[in-house]
Amino acid sequence: MSTSARTRIVGASVPRKEGVDKLVGRARYIDDMEREGMWAGVTVRSTIPRGFIRSIGFDKRIDWSEFAIVTAADIPGANCIKLIFEDQPCLADGIVNHCDEAIVLLAHPDKHKLRAAVAAVQIEYELLPAVFTIEESERQETIVWGADNLLKNFLLEKGDVESVWAHAAHIVEGEYRTGAQEHLYIENNGMIAEWSETDGIAVWGSLQCPYYVHKSLLSIFDLPEDKVRVIQTETGGAFGGKEDYPSTLAAHAALLAMKSGHAVKMVYDRMEDLAATTKRHPSRTRHRTALDQDGRLLAMDIELATDGGAYATLSSTVLSRATLHSPGPYVCPNVRVRSHAWATNTVPYGAFRGFGAPQAIFAVERHMDEIAAAIGIDPIELRRRNFLHDGDTTATEQMMRDPVILDQLLDRALTESDYHAKRKRFARENARSAVKRGMGIAAFYHGSGFTGSGERYLNSLAGIDVTPEGKVRVLVANTEFGQGTNTILSQICAEAIGIDYDDVIMAPADTNIVPNSGPTVASRTSMVVGRLIERAGHQLVAMLREHAGLGEDFKSDDFLAACERYRSVHGEVVSLCRYEAPPNVFWDDQKYRGEAYPAFAWSVQVAQVAVDTVTYSAEVEDFWAVQEVGRVLNPVLAGGQIEGGIAQGIGYALYEKVVLQNGHMANNQMTNYIMPTAEDVPPIHVFFEEIPFQHGAFGAKGIGELPHDGPAPAILNAIRDATGVSFNAIPLLPEDLFAQLATEPVVAEAAAL
Amino acid sequence: MSHRQGTIRFRVNGESRAIDVAPMKRLLDVLREDLRLTGTKEGCGEGECGSCSVRMNGELVNSCLVPVLQAEGADIQTVEGLSTCGALHPLQQAFLDCGGAQCGICTPGMLMAATQLLSINPHPSMAEIREGLAGNLCRCTGFKRIFDSVIAAAANDQPSTRRTTHAR
Repeated sequence: MSTSARTRIVGASVPRKEGVDKLVGRARYIDDMEREGMWAGVTVRSTIPRGFIRSIGFDKRIDWSEFAIVTAADIPGANCIKLIFEDQPCLADGIVNHCDEAIVLLAHPDKHKLRAAVAAVQIEYELLPAVFTIEESERQETIVWGADNLLKNFLLEKGDVESVWAHAAHIVEGEYRTGAQEHLYIENNGMIAEWSETDGIAVWGSLQCPYYVHKSLLSIFDLPEDKVRVIQTETGGAFGGKEDYPSTLAAHAALLAMKSGHAVKMVYDRMEDLAATTKRHPSRTRHRTALDQDGRLLAMDIELATDGGAYATLSSTVLSRATLHSPGPYVCPNVRVRSHAWATNTVPYGAFRGFGAPQAIFAVERHMDEIAAAIGIDPIELRRRNFLHDGDTTATEQMMRDPVILDQLLDRALTESDYHAKRKRFARENARSAVKRGMGIAAFYHGSGFTGSGERYLNSLAGIDVTPEGKVRVLVANTEFGQGTNTILSQICAEAIGIDYDDVIMAPADTNIVPNSGPTVASRTSMVVGRLIERAGHQLVAMLREHAGLGEDFKSDDFLAACERYRSVHGEVVSLCRYEAPPNVFWDDQKYRGEAYPAFAWSVQVAQVAVDTVTYSAEVEDFWAVQEVGRVLNPVLAGGQIEGGIAQGIGYALYEKVVLQNGHMANNQMTNYIMPTAEDVPPIHVFFEEIPFQHGAFGAKGIGELPHDGPAPAILNAIRDATGVSFNAIPLLPEDLFAQLATEPVVAEAAAL
Repeated sequence: MSHRQGTIRFRVNGESRAIDVAPMKRLLDVLREDLRLTGTKEGCGEGECGSCSVRMNGELVNSCLVPVLQAEGADIQTVEGLSTCGALHPLQQAFLDCGGAQCGICTPGMLMAATQLLSINPHPSMAEIREGLAGNLCRCTGFKRIFDSVIAAAANDQPSTRRTTHAR
């Protein structure tokens, strides 16, 4: 078994593959690229949340003959962004369903002429009533999507919650809310497109999923597969924000390229990117929980609602992951989760690191502390009594076949953070100080890879080839956007073959070159795609041993010589592998039951927070994260993933507020959408326990999303510990603290137990 | 641009340049478009994110907020001017070793801010590092490995000897 074998390269902190290019300023992001005779493109957007488009006029003071102008009428194929449902138009046609929806596209050789041109397009609307909140949408008085505003719903049932309430020792209820969150990748969305009658479309851009863009362009342009080419350029952050939106922007740039006959670059500025592109789904979760007299869970009844925005996009799959994470890492014989994604007239919400799990885990982990307070038990002890263990089943009846070490993670987190001693000390000090300190924890899992049967449907193909120049190339459509795809997959490739890390390069993420190894999402790249590369490496070595005389022990030179011998007889040297599901992974879509994920990553996080009761600011002073993510393939990159995710989670909890007016983001600037800076992020202490997962590459499980799941509940639990006051909604800004603390006096000895 | 073109002279990464350009054009655009020095990035266009940070006459500036006429006669350093003769600058090497760069888009500006910090304070405390980099936003790293990188470059030590450098 590969997972227990000693490794040379996997497990080592080799330097980032593209690191030097990024450090010397040589890495080419989309806005760094030029094409011969290139024009600049821009978007004219809806200024109303919902209504009919009555006319589109062009001010005569502009010489429009210099411009390429595109409307929905110019779309050669289907006017829809192909994703899961087919409800979102590429360009609004007759009706708009949210502010900032694209209606007209313009291109001109001189980008400086575009701003005035946008202002000179006059669109007349007939307003329709709009809805902006989950509550307005679920009342169904105004229908803005389908027959009932309901984008998707799930029912997850285990046992019978209704049979429990009458004889439960305790019943605790709570409602928890989370706001939208902007990805705030530092590189805005951008694309360059070219079009020709003979070759079709080529697009270059900042994106996560080349084959998502490819699939969408095929239908918008009604072209065969070989006439659409998508190439990822160096991508300056994504976090899920470049999962679905690039399909829209690529289509816009390509439409302008077709209309103008020139290459067209469209790069958003920050205000446009913030206003027009996706964000994390806002949510509202209600928990009703029954426990016995010893604090053991008897029933969890959960109602989860998300705001999906104006079109379905990824809301169904985000809701699914939220549903599956909503009961937390606990054993409970009776669980019911009823979840709904509602349509509103805002920019569609989309993928963001965690993909529904941070919302669900905020609710359940905040609720656990409320339960503990209500029934008079220590929140640590409450969790311990209810943790999942090996052999237990989750709410979907998935049996925990692999080791579950939550107790061990918790013990280490408590020890490393000096949790108990600090709580005692803070309880003593808080009584005499305007600054109240507290400790809070969150325990959680994050399912690795696509949900349910997702990986079977994806049926990913990935591999390795060797070029005539002697370069060993990893062939994947999975993209690098900071998280370390290039490095990790090169390590796996080199390790599996038995050559050096420096012998391996990444093939360009170009749909003309690489097979469809699925999207770069869902913490799946290391575990699932990495496994394909590991298998492809072993397969390549076996092939060369059988057909090209490769010996048992070999150096890189011997390997490359064998490749040339193979090439001279068989032509190209390539090894491809297709996804094979681990045994015992079966998911029933109809009953919503079975193995929800092939593996889970586990974590316990601890936050130390200080609340200043004079200024009403809350500051995270220190943070600990202990996790089990399978084998750690590159400790520096893995640590960077955890720390970065926690910083985003701190922003989610305490800083980042999307202010909507008529469904338009009113604070669409970095000046007033605030993320944590170098002065705001606390020391973050990261610890890994490693249990290799036998079906992941060299034992890896997913890692990227996990760290974002815990900071918000851990921080708000720490604030409750510090002040004795419960806060059940994020973001929690100083004005929110003020509003509640000013009316609910701080309990002097809150932290004493 | 309504302003007439004029010739602006300055030095970039030690090299004298003279360009005909509208005087109110942003220094950022002059560097990226006229001089094709695309290492300097635009993140927000309003001086919040620091991606466009360059050094001008020994000061750290957001090049998106500097009209190029203000750079007349100036000595400007960009990320392209950090490494010499193909060798990485100690800060670049430290960022590579410590994991200080992830997606890389904030990295050029971050490197210029760190260069500026170490030029005026060769051995900064953690609080001074935090303050010195507070004008440069990184969304990937949570900053910890950037701090580690700056400390490593300042100490010029070996990667194996530095850990838990994040306490403040």
